[in-house]
Amino acid sequence: MTDLTKTGVLGQPVVGTAPTAFLEVRDLKVHFPTEDGLVKSVDGLSFTLEKGKTLGIVGESGSGKSVTSLGIMGLHRVGQYGRQRARISGEIWLNGKELLTAEEDEVRKLRGREIAMIFQDPLSAMHPYFTIGKQIAEAYRVHNKVDKKAARKRAVDLLDRVGIPEPHKRVDSYPHEFSGGMRQRAMIAMALVNNPELLIADEPTTALDVTVQAQILDLIRDLQKEFGSAVIMITHDLGVVAEMADELLVMYGGRCVERGTAEKVFYEPRHPYTWGLLGSMPRIDREQTERLIPVKGSPPSLINIPSGCAFNPRCPYADVPKDNVTRTVRPELTEDGTRHWSACHMTHEQRTRIWTEEIAPKL
Amino acid sequence: MLAYLIRRFFAVIVMLLVITLVTFGIFFLFPKMIGTDPALYFVGKQSDPAAIEGIRQKMGLDDPILVQFGKFVVGLVAGRTYANGSDVTHCAAPCFGYSFKTEQEVWPLLTDWLPVTLSLAAGAVVLWVIGGVATGVISALKRGTVLDRSAMGIALAGVSLPIYFTGMLAIALFSDQLGWFGRPEATFADDPAKWFNGMILPWVSLAFLYAAMYARLTRATMLEVLNEDYIRTARAKGLTEPVVIGKHAMRSTMTPILTVLGLDLGALMGGAVLTEYTFSLHGLGYSAVRAISEHDLPVILGITLISAFFVVAANLIVDLMYAVIDPRVRLS
Amino acid sequence: MTETPDMKKTDTAVIPRQATDSPEVLLKVSGLTKHFPITKGLLRRQAGAVKAVDGIDFDVRRGETLGIVGESGCGKSTMGRLITRLLEPTGGTVEFEGKDITHLGVAGMRPLRRDIQMIFQDPYGSLNPRHTVGTIVSAPFKLQNVMPEGGIKPEVQRLLSLVGLNPEHYNRYPHEFSGGQRQRIGIARALALNPKLVVADEPVSALDVSIQAQVVNLLDDLQQELGLTYVIIAHDLSVIRHVSDRIAVMYLGKIVELADNKALYGAPMHPYTTALMSAVPVPDPRRRGAASGRILLKGDVPSPISPPSGCRFHTRCWKATQVCTTQEPPLLALKTGHQVACHHPENAPDQVPGDQPLPGAADAVSTVSE
Repeated sequence: MTDLTKTGVLGQPVVGTAPTAFLEVRDLKVHFPTEDGLVKSVDGLSFTLEKGKTLGIVGESGSGKSVTSLGIMGLHRVGQYGRQRARISGEIWLNGKELLTAEEDEVRKLRGREIAMIFQDPLSAMHPYFTIGKQIAEAYRVHNKVDKKAARKRAVDLLDRVGIPEPHKRVDSYPHEFSGGMRQRAMIAMALVNNPELLIADEPTTALDVTVQAQILDLIRDLQKEFGSAVIMITHDLGVVAEMADELLVMYGGRCVERGTAEKVFYEPRHPYTWGLLGSMPRIDREQTERLIPVKGSPPSLINIPSGCAFNPRCPYADVPKDNVTRTVRPELTEDGTRHWSACHMTHEQRTRIWTEEIAPKL
Repeated sequence: MLAYLIRRFFAVIVMLLVITLVTFGIFFLFPKMIGTDPALYFVGKQSDPAAIEGIRQKMGLDDPILVQFGKFVVGLVAGRTYANGSDVTHCAAPCFGYSFKTEQEVWPLLTDWLPVTLSLAAGAVVLWVIGGVATGVISALKRGTVLDRSAMGIALAGVSLPIYFTGMLAIALFSDQLGWFGRPEATFADDPAKWFNGMILPWVSLAFLYAAMYARLTRATMLEVLNEDYIRTARAKGLTEPVVIGKHAMRSTMTPILTVLGLDLGALMGGAVLTEYTFSLHGLGYSAVRAISEHDLPVILGITLISAFFVVAANLIVDLMYAVIDPRVRLS
Repeated sequence: MTETPDMKKTDTAVIPRQATDSPEVLLKVSGLTKHFPITKGLLRRQAGAVKAVDGIDFDVRRGETLGIVGESGCGKSTMGRLITRLLEPTGGTVEFEGKDITHLGVAGMRPLRRDIQMIFQDPYGSLNPRHTVGTIVSAPFKLQNVMPEGGIKPEVQRLLSLVGLNPEHYNRYPHEFSGGQRQRIGIARALALNPKLVVADEPVSALDVSIQAQVVNLLDDLQQELGLTYVIIAHDLSVIRHVSDRIAVMYLGKIVELADNKALYGAPMHPYTTALMSAVPVPDPRRRGAASGRILLKGDVPSPISPPSGCRFHTRCWKATQVCTTQEPPLLALKTGHQVACHHPENAPDQVPGDQPLPGAADAVSTVSE
């Protein structure tokens, strides 16, 4: 059931040469042993990200997008008490330093200082018993040798910067006393308190109303400009990534199926799953079209990922390539020469024809 | 907040009154139902009818139950004078009446027994909170390991084994055989060192039972808390594991433990019956058992009411503590 | 286990999609209110109320889809529970097919439960995990003492295939199905008694994008096949735009705008609608520049316990004037089929021209700076 030849190297990452990019992830795999079998949450993911740029990771639930972020944060290493440990392999290079082979304490010192994270639901992501100010100050003091007073002042400054009115008063509020939007602002303040170089936002606006979402996205964009951070925006909402991301990475079944600039992925998508996502989406900017074009079926189980191309059971074009290859051979992520990667057995010409003739006119 | 306090305070008073009424009703109606006479208990069965009638008059046993109850409650608050002609006895507040058996006032008896019960509970609580919570936390952090399994196995045994078994075993082993610890014979005032030595076995035996429950509760709560999003946030901030566990996770884990602790302490104040009996500690629990076997109704009533008072008070304190621990409760 | 693609052909497409051909009113709501009391103090006197729904009027026409859109706390879900009479209204009336059902008791509502059905957001929480799909979908027959022609089991299997589930899965339990399939089970249950009106509260918001589209298409197919009337409550303006014939926009317990789909999205009149629509991220990277014209509302929605005086939106509105703080604007039809409750509508003549602007109103919003 589990493919041992592939997982045999897990836990023994072979460190390659340092890359030049600010962040480079190479062949990242995060597997969780469970009673039902090995959950391959992330199964070979590679990408790079430069400072000041935003990478959007798009996928449905169970595609591995959130586990990727935990892997980069090194959070799979702590909190796995007892026997069930995540198995992780590959390389994560940040600023020329490989994180998977680094000491746990070294990675911990990077967390919150160089890499910070914004979570989906700020109510459950903040401790209910501590004030907002204390939680922000704590994040500052763990990485800076300052007294409580200075840390509190820093918290007030940050709350002010993220647009919380009367920050010197609200600093003593508890999370439940804030509205959802205010809480997410406080969460952002907490993430930015150490001027991180990499900010990972995991569904930062999914729990928020649309007008508040607009405020928060605007805030993140502003702060990114001000701090020059690299941002990884993880979301299921194509609208959010279309506005925020320079580059897009589409995940399916723990792997990247398409990667490229936002422009390329939206206007010349090269993977049938991306077509499906675009066709599934009702559009506010278009008049009511006749029907949506959904992807049939459901996302795969990560314990039992279909052989060959993981998308083949749901793909309307699974029989286009010859010899049943989509069901037996896993397609590699290949670049087409324009920094646009996709993993599909169909030829470039076949896909161009399908997209321009069959899909695009219906969207 | 003040309105809440006042409302709760009134509720406590009303609840205590209701408990008093029900207990009083049961204890004083019951003898009538089975055809015995409370007055007989006072004077002994062979007394002449005139003496019985005199007692009945003096104690007001012929009054309607509600009048008797009213007098009892007034006696609790203001003291009470029993009179039958020239035979006058004054019972100072709080008057719980007289023991049938010894004809002593009940309240001084209670105040004699209470410190024994208190010292047993106080010593045990320190042991079980420290032992139980520490075991629970370590078990949670080492979930699934041999350490966790053996700790939980011992905890299961602790919950299942009755105190008269573990207590007797402890006495036989550590007191009689090895002679490490004495029996609880001296009071604190007589000889503190001897008192302490004698209390060790009762403390440990009682604490073992509770520590087992607390270890299981702590482990379960801690595992739940460790899955919370805010623990992930704490780690994402770069906090060290000791801070994540000791500060963030413990704060939430302690909430249900403090709740249970308050209620357990309240209940223990009424006497740890089995422990006191096993170790012959003359506290409230021991005395209650003896009073029951001797049909000493006023004493039983007194112990019941004092236990009820502690349980109700503990409930109130737990609720107030909630507001202190959890800021989300403060508004309502 | 794959779901069958919902490419069902409509062989009985006799019911027109646009209800404008037969503007017969199925459900009429007037002055509907729901206040949830708040108690306070020593004697627990009522200190106020959450004015969840505070006086709304609208009609639902036979065969149409009315979309109700608004942000959390605007009262849209409460409204859904009021018109299906899962909640007792505090005031106003609800008429179904001309019959006043506002205060009908459980017994009085029973026959109407066949005609009015509800679909809920959470496909996990609304299905009893201990019952098989067959039991769940056949429950309405037993509750109503109805024996369908040919027996219950064949009828349930027909319903399962109608919503695109395998009829052989009759004896399976909810946990054996994916989220999208569970929502289909909920839909099958709602359709069992052949209802006239289906109220769907956030029917797709818990689902993944690709599954969401399957369910949206299914609802569309069923409406055409069965001639259903829908009230669809959602926070997602894109979904509402796709599914609705007419749309009501709610803010703080009130309907602020009610219009045809085309009119609303083409030329919204209420400033709140404008702000709401401009806030939706557009899935088109080339239009990122267009986002710079976006209207960003500041702050949060005020509390429904003490909503602002006059027009409830005046505290966040950039067009607010003195009159907005004192006079509540009525919901008026400023164009055919386009009602709005605003003193200073967009895309329509000003109702109170020349009024003194509120100080600071211009700062109520900012625009995205690119």
